[in-house]
Amino acid sequence: MPTQFARISDPVTPPQYSLAGLSPLIILAVGAFLLIMFRSVIKRLPEKAERFATIAVGPAAVLVAWVVGGLVGDEMPLANVQSDIGTLWFALLFAFVLVVAGFFVSTIRVGFDAVFTSGTGLVALTAIAELWNDRHRVAWPAQFGERPDGLLGDPVAAIGDQFSFDGFSLVMAGVMVSAVVLCALLLDEYLRRERIDGPEMYVLMMLSAAGGVVMAGAGDLIVLFLGLETLSISVYIMAALHVRRSESLEAGLKYFVLGAFSSAFLLYGMALVYGATGSLNLHEIRLHLASVVILQDAMLLAGLAMLLVGLGFKVAAVPFHTWTPDVYQGAPTPVVAFMASAVKAAGFAALVRVFVVTFGPSLTNSGFVAGDYRLDWKPAVFAMALLTLLVGAVLAIVQRDVKRMLAYSSISHAGFILVGVEAASHRGTAAVVFYVAAYAFMVIGAFGVLTVVSGSGDRKTSLDDLDGLAARRPALALALTIFLLAQAGVPLTSGFVAKFQIIGAAVEVRSFWLAVVAMVSAVVSAFLYLRIVLSVYLGSPADDSDTSDNAPAERAHPAAGLAIGIALAITVGVGVIPGPLDELAREAVPQLFAASR
Amino acid sequence: MELTNDWYLVLSVAMFVIGAVGLLLRRNPLVMFMCVELMLNAVNVAFVALGTELNDVSGQIAVFFVLVVAAVEVVVGLALVVAVNRRRADATADDISVLRG
Repeated sequence: MPTQFARISDPVTPPQYSLAGLSPLIILAVGAFLLIMFRSVIKRLPEKAERFATIAVGPAAVLVAWVVGGLVGDEMPLANVQSDIGTLWFALLFAFVLVVAGFFVSTIRVGFDAVFTSGTGLVALTAIAELWNDRHRVAWPAQFGERPDGLLGDPVAAIGDQFSFDGFSLVMAGVMVSAVVLCALLLDEYLRRERIDGPEMYVLMMLSAAGGVVMAGAGDLIVLFLGLETLSISVYIMAALHVRRSESLEAGLKYFVLGAFSSAFLLYGMALVYGATGSLNLHEIRLHLASVVILQDAMLLAGLAMLLVGLGFKVAAVPFHTWTPDVYQGAPTPVVAFMASAVKAAGFAALVRVFVVTFGPSLTNSGFVAGDYRLDWKPAVFAMALLTLLVGAVLAIVQRDVKRMLAYSSISHAGFILVGVEAASHRGTAAVVFYVAAYAFMVIGAFGVLTVVSGSGDRKTSLDDLDGLAARRPALALALTIFLLAQAGVPLTSGFVAKFQIIGAAVEVRSFWLAVVAMVSAVVSAFLYLRIVLSVYLGSPADDSDTSDNAPAERAHPAAGLAIGIALAITVGVGVIPGPLDELAREAVPQLFAASR
Repeated sequence: MELTNDWYLVLSVAMFVIGAVGLLLRRNPLVMFMCVELMLNAVNVAFVALGTELNDVSGQIAVFFVLVVAAVEVVVGLALVVAVNRRRADATADDISVLRG
């Protein structure tokens, strides 16, 4: 439908600068800063005071979220005092309940860092939710005529045309910040077990998410690059941070070398696109392509190819996937959960914004379709999606290590999302958003269970180590089963709806072959997941003395249990009632940001 | 022979290819980082040359961002190499193969 194409690519002019638009970034950065600054102070306090500080973080986060929500939500701070006071009483009551509960539940042993990071993430989520509500309030620029009925996703500007939030980037940012909240809870368990002290992991995770948020809302190739590097460099360090394990260091080094290699490709692609179009701004590139017919487009096409290589590395698409199994196996498991959810979300956000929006379909005012480079990049993405689906699914089967298996399965999931990118339509983008959001929770849950069961040093990650898990830890086994079934796409889980939407989007644009291959790949992957589930339920533990020895280590820490529980609730909840997330995904329309000059 | 802008682009492509090939062939992590730096500097040359050709300042501005990011990458990369070498002296990329891939 051409009207929807117009919706995707018609630029909207946000106001030049607004602090509210920057709030998710500011919150993440300030959270990281405060954690570095005050953490040493907190650690020097006697244990009781530290516990009190930990308990106090919850109510403090609620209060800060209330203030931030008020500041971001109202155009004037505290404009609606009546309703704000009502919320304040509610927040105070909630805070009081939390403090009381904190004192009574003396068994809570969640570290200060994890609670602080989760609290920061929740505040950032509040800001993102307020921005989402505000999309309709942004003035519709007069030069675009009548405000189209049902047009959603007016961007909330942060800095003019360089960085803004539209519906698409808000949902993607929400996914990344949710990943921070859940992975912080998983990290608490992991760092305690591995005896790694220090706030670096949490700080880096917040900074990394901030980079991902920048990537999702970038209106300029250089801003996109800066966001990508902030995201990636933090994750390189996180992968290598378990310095006593040589696997972790090796994973970090490999990820770093290949990541830097891919960044160089991405940058060269940006330089070539700049040379061909004369601008680094996505909207101006779009305008240039729509108004000028480039006869010698070799430079532009080479640039597009290199951009695709660079972003393909980040989302682990075949043939740029070789780092994934090694890094996923070697890196600390909670970090892998973060990489598979947030980093992938950021990579796909960038892919959609650059390829689908900037080099995608457009409709000029006269109804003439111009500057459409879909025919040039779609075959490449088609081939990538095809290979990614098949290679990921087939190679996963021959692995013995569960983390490697899930790494290959995450490659195959990236193939699914690429099918949505290849569609390059409104429905395709919505399917991408839905899949990325649903997959983030599935994969965090699955790696969360692995964090708990893999034992100290992440040693017990082979398939044999999962044998008989159901007898030892029935709840964890059930959770793992549901996450794996969701990844396989079994009905009543979010995975089913997500796969259905992707295939629907592919069929809509008549990419029948991709739809067929996606379904075949889903069947092949189902074998892999069932293999893990079979070993969990039917396998007999290798060694009885070993299990009794490690039984305490396998118990889910309350924080990790909470994270797994939340992921489980969302995975099943979205599967049973997909409506709300579906609506969110459909309203998450990516747009280009024009500067108001 | 006049030194036109195209020659700078040729230089940039040559630098990029040398860097990419070096990264794939050399096995010393330090040399691999130097190859990444070479690739990033090839990008810088391309940005400056194209910016001059287009008579547009944003290409030159992009170079500053690339430089900063390259510096940050070196800091992280060297730290990683030091951490690896502390565990095992004179490590090459082939020795770092606990993970099969």
